[in-house]
Amino acid sequence: MEIKAVGMAGTFESSDISIVIEPSDSDEIKIHLKSSVEKQFGKQIRKVIVDTLTELGVGKAVVRATDKGALDCVIRARVQAAAYRAAQIKEYKW
Amino acid sequence: MRKLRRTMMYIPGNNPGMIREGHIYGSDSLMFDLEDSVSLKEKDAARFLVYNALKTIDYEGTETVVRVNGLDTPFGRDDFEAIVRAKPDIIRLPKTEKPEDIIEADKLISEIETKVGMEVGTVKLMAAIESALGIINAYDIAKASPRLIAIAIGAEDFVTDMKTTRSKDGVELMMARSQVLLAARAAGIYALDTVFSDINDEEGFINEVKHIKQLGFDGKSVIHPKQIEPVHRIYTPSNKEIEKSIRVLNAIEEAERNGSGVIALDGKMIDGPIVERARRVIELAIATGIYNGGEKID
Repeated sequence: MEIKAVGMAGTFESSDISIVIEPSDSDEIKIHLKSSVEKQFGKQIRKVIVDTLTELGVGKAVVRATDKGALDCVIRARVQAAAYRAAQIKEYKW
Repeated sequence: MRKLRRTMMYIPGNNPGMIREGHIYGSDSLMFDLEDSVSLKEKDAARFLVYNALKTIDYEGTETVVRVNGLDTPFGRDDFEAIVRAKPDIIRLPKTEKPEDIIEADKLISEIETKVGMEVGTVKLMAAIESALGIINAYDIAKASPRLIAIAIGAEDFVTDMKTTRSKDGVELMMARSQVLLAARAAGIYALDTVFSDINDEEGFINEVKHIKQLGFDGKSVIHPKQIEPVHRIYTPSNKEIEKSIRVLNAIEEAERNGSGVIALDGKMIDGPIVERARRVIELAIATGIYNGGEKID
């Protein structure tokens, strides 16, 4: 999946995470994370973001994430929605 | 044991906080909504969210229902493709108007179940009937598929279709509620009532719950945790009802043992329907946990 544009999903509300995915020039996934629980869960949040993008076949992207205490399944859902939007794909693989 | 479906609480499908905590309030079922509570621009995000939540969160035995978008919308097919894979207990089809709507949904679910190696029939269906045409076709809808376990009346769309509005006494819904009930009972499936939208009108809500229980509905959709307890309270049999039912069932058992034909209790004849009602009271009392099936109640 190729990231072609800026794709956003999620909100700044409690239990949610806002994800913005942008195209990148470098061959990696770069994550800018803001989270009130970053010290404790930052590593895990980053891992969920990278794993989800890898499953979708995204190898290069810039991700801006603002976490408000989201569960892993919420992070996964928001990354998937943002990635499909950024790749401008509407045929979903489940 | 017949499953309790007294309360089905709406959870907006794009709200992670409510999706995470919905089950702690004790409703019999949770209904994750991908339809009217989700804006057109967020349909994809809500679908991903409910899909991932159902695959991950343990709802501790609370029945899970997903209200999808209709197959006549651009979102319906994707909703089915995702949600069947996430395996909720039930998919709720909105705005059902004819049996063909159910047959089409049933066929699609079967196709997806087969594709992913699930047993066909795993995910059940329920249908919301929300228009004059749907009400007229209620019985044909109710018996359209063995996968269909309940029909529900959706009042807001229905009263709009009828060119009226909702009132406190619900006179505008009399015919439709009765028709949904008749159809459900004739088809042997559950009948569920619509939402009561004013969460601050407790008295009005309680009156409506008493009314729909007396009509014969199995339960009601609720939109706020505070609506759960009153419904459960009203649907719980009283000690007096339970005691009387135990005596009826004991009397019938004794009569069967003695081979007597006509049975009387407290000077009143006991016949089939009375026994059936007593059984139902006991079943409900056991299901609600206030009676353990023994001789006495606490």
